[in-house]
Amino acid sequence: MNTATHTLDPHAGHAHHPTGLMRWLTTTNHKDIGTMYLTFSLLMFFVGGAMILAVRAELFQPGLQLMKPEFFNQLIGVHALVMIFAALMPAATGFANWMIPLMIGAPDMALPRLNNWGFWLLPPAALLLTMPFILALFGIGDGAVATGWTLYAPLSVQGGIGVDFAIFSIHILGISSIMGSINIIATLLNMRAPGMTLMKMPLFCWGWLVTAVLLIITLPVLAGGVTMLLTDRHFGTHFFDAAGGGDPILFQHLFWFFGHPEVYILLLPVWGLMPHVLSTFTRKPIYGHTAQVYGFIAIGVLGLIVWAHHFMTAGLPVPALLYFMYSTMAISLPLAVLFFCWIATMWRGAMSFETPMLFAVGFIVLFGIAGLTGLVLADVAADAQYHHSYFVVAHFHYALFAGGIMGVMTGVYYWLPKWTGHMYSERLGKLHFWLTVVSFNLTFMPQFFLGLAGMPRRIPDYALQFTEFNAISTVGAFVLGLSQLLFAWNIWRCVKGGDKATDQVWEGTSGLEWELSSPPPYHSWDTQPVIKSST
Amino acid sequence: MTRLNPRPHGRFFAGLSLLLATGAARADYTWNFPTPVTPIARDTLNIHNEFMVIITVLFVVVFSIMVYSMVKHRKSSGVEPATFTGPTGAFQWFWVLVPFAILLFIDFVLMGIPAFHAVIEMEDTRTKADMVLKVTGLQWKWQYEYPDSGIKFISTMSTPREQIEGKEAKGENYLLEVDNEVVLPVGKKVRVLLTSTDVIHTWWVPQFGVKRDAIPGFLRETWVRIEEPGVYRGQCAELCGKDHGFMPVVVRAVPEAEYAAWVDKKKTEMAAAAAGSDRAWTKDELMAAGKAGYEKNCAACHQAEGQGLPPAFPALAGSKIVTGPLLSPEGKLIPDSHVDRVFNGKAGTAMQAFKATLSDADLAAIITYERNAFGNNKGDMIQPAQIKALR
Repeated sequence: MNTATHTLDPHAGHAHHPTGLMRWLTTTNHKDIGTMYLTFSLLMFFVGGAMILAVRAELFQPGLQLMKPEFFNQLIGVHALVMIFAALMPAATGFANWMIPLMIGAPDMALPRLNNWGFWLLPPAALLLTMPFILALFGIGDGAVATGWTLYAPLSVQGGIGVDFAIFSIHILGISSIMGSINIIATLLNMRAPGMTLMKMPLFCWGWLVTAVLLIITLPVLAGGVTMLLTDRHFGTHFFDAAGGGDPILFQHLFWFFGHPEVYILLLPVWGLMPHVLSTFTRKPIYGHTAQVYGFIAIGVLGLIVWAHHFMTAGLPVPALLYFMYSTMAISLPLAVLFFCWIATMWRGAMSFETPMLFAVGFIVLFGIAGLTGLVLADVAADAQYHHSYFVVAHFHYALFAGGIMGVMTGVYYWLPKWTGHMYSERLGKLHFWLTVVSFNLTFMPQFFLGLAGMPRRIPDYALQFTEFNAISTVGAFVLGLSQLLFAWNIWRCVKGGDKATDQVWEGTSGLEWELSSPPPYHSWDTQPVIKSST
Repeated sequence: MTRLNPRPHGRFFAGLSLLLATGAARADYTWNFPTPVTPIARDTLNIHNEFMVIITVLFVVVFSIMVYSMVKHRKSSGVEPATFTGPTGAFQWFWVLVPFAILLFIDFVLMGIPAFHAVIEMEDTRTKADMVLKVTGLQWKWQYEYPDSGIKFISTMSTPREQIEGKEAKGENYLLEVDNEVVLPVGKKVRVLLTSTDVIHTWWVPQFGVKRDAIPGFLRETWVRIEEPGVYRGQCAELCGKDHGFMPVVVRAVPEAEYAAWVDKKKTEMAAAAAGSDRAWTKDELMAAGKAGYEKNCAACHQAEGQGLPPAFPALAGSKIVTGPLLSPEGKLIPDSHVDRVFNGKAGTAMQAFKATLSDADLAAIITYERNAFGNNKGDMIQPAQIKALR
C-alpha cells in the first residue's frame, strides 16, 4: 500500500535527464522544481519590491511628484498580489519541494508530473497580473488592477481590464496552489519512511501539512468570489450590487474567508522551519514538538473562523463584532505556545549566531511585535481608529515581511549549503541581516505612529503633519530594498562556488536530510531509510 | 500640539515611545491618537493606552528572558547544551501553564471586559439621540443632509490643484479643507447615518474615534457627541478610486445658539437657490455658473479642458454624447443623451447620477457650459426651469 516501498526501480541512481532548457521545462524532479520555485520567487520579490519603492518615492514628500493617483493605486495593489502570490507562496512551495522528500526519506514527491504543471502555471499567472501595465503603454486599457489587492466590490466592478486580468491570474494561481497542496498532502501521508509516525514527522512538514489543508479549504472560496465578481462585471449578475438584491459586504466575507487563513498559509511553513533552525544553532533538541503540532492545528482551525475582523467598521451587528473580537484574541494562545517553545528551545542550549540563527532571532522578536499589535487590533473599539490606517500597514508588514520574508531568508541561509554543496559568505550574510533588520524597522516603525496620528492607507498624497514620518519611512524602504541585492549576490556566489559544505553542514543538525551528501544526488533516498522506534 | 492624556499610563506610553525613538523625536511629531473630543474617542484612547502598556510589558518580559538566554547560553562561553524536550513532573507543568493562564486573563478579562463595554457604547446609536446627520459618500466628495431642517449640501475638497502639483506653497490644512463644512452643535448626541451612491467609502474623523463604512444600497450608522467647539478634520479611509486621497471630512462644532443661526442661514440660502430655478437665466450667467460648477464637480475626471482621462474617464471635448441633441422635441429626456448622462449617470462606471446631488440651476449651468466650452460650440442652452420639469 505504501508507494514508497517500491524502491527497486532499475533506473534509480542513474541521474540521466535532458539538459539545457528542456531539463527545466520537462523536469519532474522535486529538487529541480524546488529550485525553479525559489528562483521565480526571488525574481518576483524584486519585481514587487521595485513597485513599492516607486510608491515610497512618491510618498517621500506631500504633493504629487512622480505619478498620477490612478497609477499609484495600481502599484499598491499589484505590489501586494505579487509579494503574496508570486514571492512568498512560491518560496514556501520551493522549500516544500526541496525539503519534504529529503526530510521524510521519500525518493520524490508523490505526484511529480502534477508538480511540474503546478510550477509552470506560475509564470503565465504572474504575466497576466503585470501585463496590463505594458498594455497601457500601447494604449490598451487603463493599466493594472487599481483596487488594492482586496478587490473590494463595487470598486472592482467599476474598474478596467486590469481587474479581469487579476481575476484570471488568481484563478490560475489558485489552481497551481491547490495542485501543490494535494501533492504535499499525498506525499506526507503516504511516503514517510517506515517508522516515521505522524507525530514524529518533522515540524516543517507539519507546518506545511496544515498550510496545504488550509489552502484546499479556502482557495475555492476565493476563486468563487472572484468569479462572481467577473459575472457581475460582464454578465449582468448582481451578487455585489444592492440595486439587484446583492450586497457589497458579501464580497468582503468571501474574500477574507480566504484572506485571513492566507496569513497563516504564508506563515505556517516558516513556523515549521524555525524550531529546526533553533535546535541546530542551540545544539539542543526541539522543545515541545507535540505541543507545536497541536499549536499549528489550533491556529489553522481558529484562522478559519475569524475572518470578519478585517472589516469591523463595515457595520456588523454587535454579536458578530463581539464574536469576531473574542475569537481573534483566542489565537494569541496557540501562538503563545509557539513562542514559548521557541524560547524554551533556546534556553540552556549552546548557542552560536551564524546568519540563519540571526535571522531566526530577528524573526522571533519582530514577529512578536506583529502578534502583539494584532492582539490590540482585535479590539473592536480601538480597531475603529487603527482600521484602514497606516497602523494596520505597519502591523501586517511586521507579520509578512519580518514574519514571512525574513522567515524565508532564514530557511535559504540554513539550507543553501545543503542545496548547493557550498557555504555562502558568512560576512555578507551577517551584513545582509543587520542592514535588513535596521532598515526594516526604520521603514515600518514610523508607520505605526502615522496610523495613530490618523493617516489612512492607500493615499497618494497626505496632509502636512505626516511629512516627517513618511520621509523616514521612505529612506528606510530604499535601504531595505537595496540591501536585498546583497542577498541575491550572496546566493549567486554560493551557487557558483565557495567552501565545500559537509554533509551535516551545521554542527547541531539532526534529521534525515542531513545524512545525505551536500548537494544531495539528483535522485535521493532510492533506498528508504528506517526510523528506529526508540527515537 | 498633542495634549497629554489625563490617565497616567497614557503618559507612560507616550514617554516610552519617545524614549524608543529619541533620535527622531521632534516637537511636532504625534505619537498617539489626536486629542479626543467625544466620549467614544476618549474611551478608545484609554483602551489603546492600556493595551499598549500591556503589550509593552509582555514584549519586555518575554524577550528579556530570550536575550538573557542568548547572552548566557553560548557555545563560545563553553556551555554544555541541555537535552530536555518538554516539561517533566507536576512542578514543571505548573510553571509551563502559568504563562498561558496569565495570557488567558489578559485576553478575556484585562482586555476583554473594557473592550466589551466600549463596543456596546459605540454601537448604541439610537438611545437619546438628539438629531440625525445623513452622510452620503460619492466619488469623491461627501453629501450631508439634516433631515430635521431639510438642509442638504455637498462638501468637496477646496485645496487648489496648484498646491498638490507643487506650483504653490501648501497651506496649513493642505488636503484637509473643504468648501462646505459640516456644522454640528456641541453637546448633542448626533446619530450619523451613512450610505454611498457608487463604491464603498469610509467616514473617519480621528478626534471623534469614529470610523464607519458608507456602503452603496445600505444604511450604516454611528454616533458622535462632540464636547468641545472646534474644527475637526478627517478623510475617507476606504480606497474608493482615483481621488480617494482627496475627499476630506471637515466638521465644525459650535455652541447650540450658533448652530441654530447657521441652520437659519442655510435655509435662507437653499430658498434662494430654489428660487433660481424659476427665473430665466441669460446664457452668460449659465456659462459663468457652469464653469464654476464644472470645475468643482466634473474636472477631477473629465479634466479642466474637457480632454478626460481615457479610457476610464472619456473626453467631453468633441464627445458625440455632449454634442448630440439636447432634449426631444416634446422637451422630454432622450435616453443616453447628454442630459440623461448628467442626470442619471452610467451604471458600472464612476459617472454618478448628479440629479440627486446638484440643484436645478447647477445642472442647467453645467450642461450649458459643457455644450459650449472645449470647442464644442453647440450654441444651445437649457434653463433651470426645464431641468425642474424633467425631475
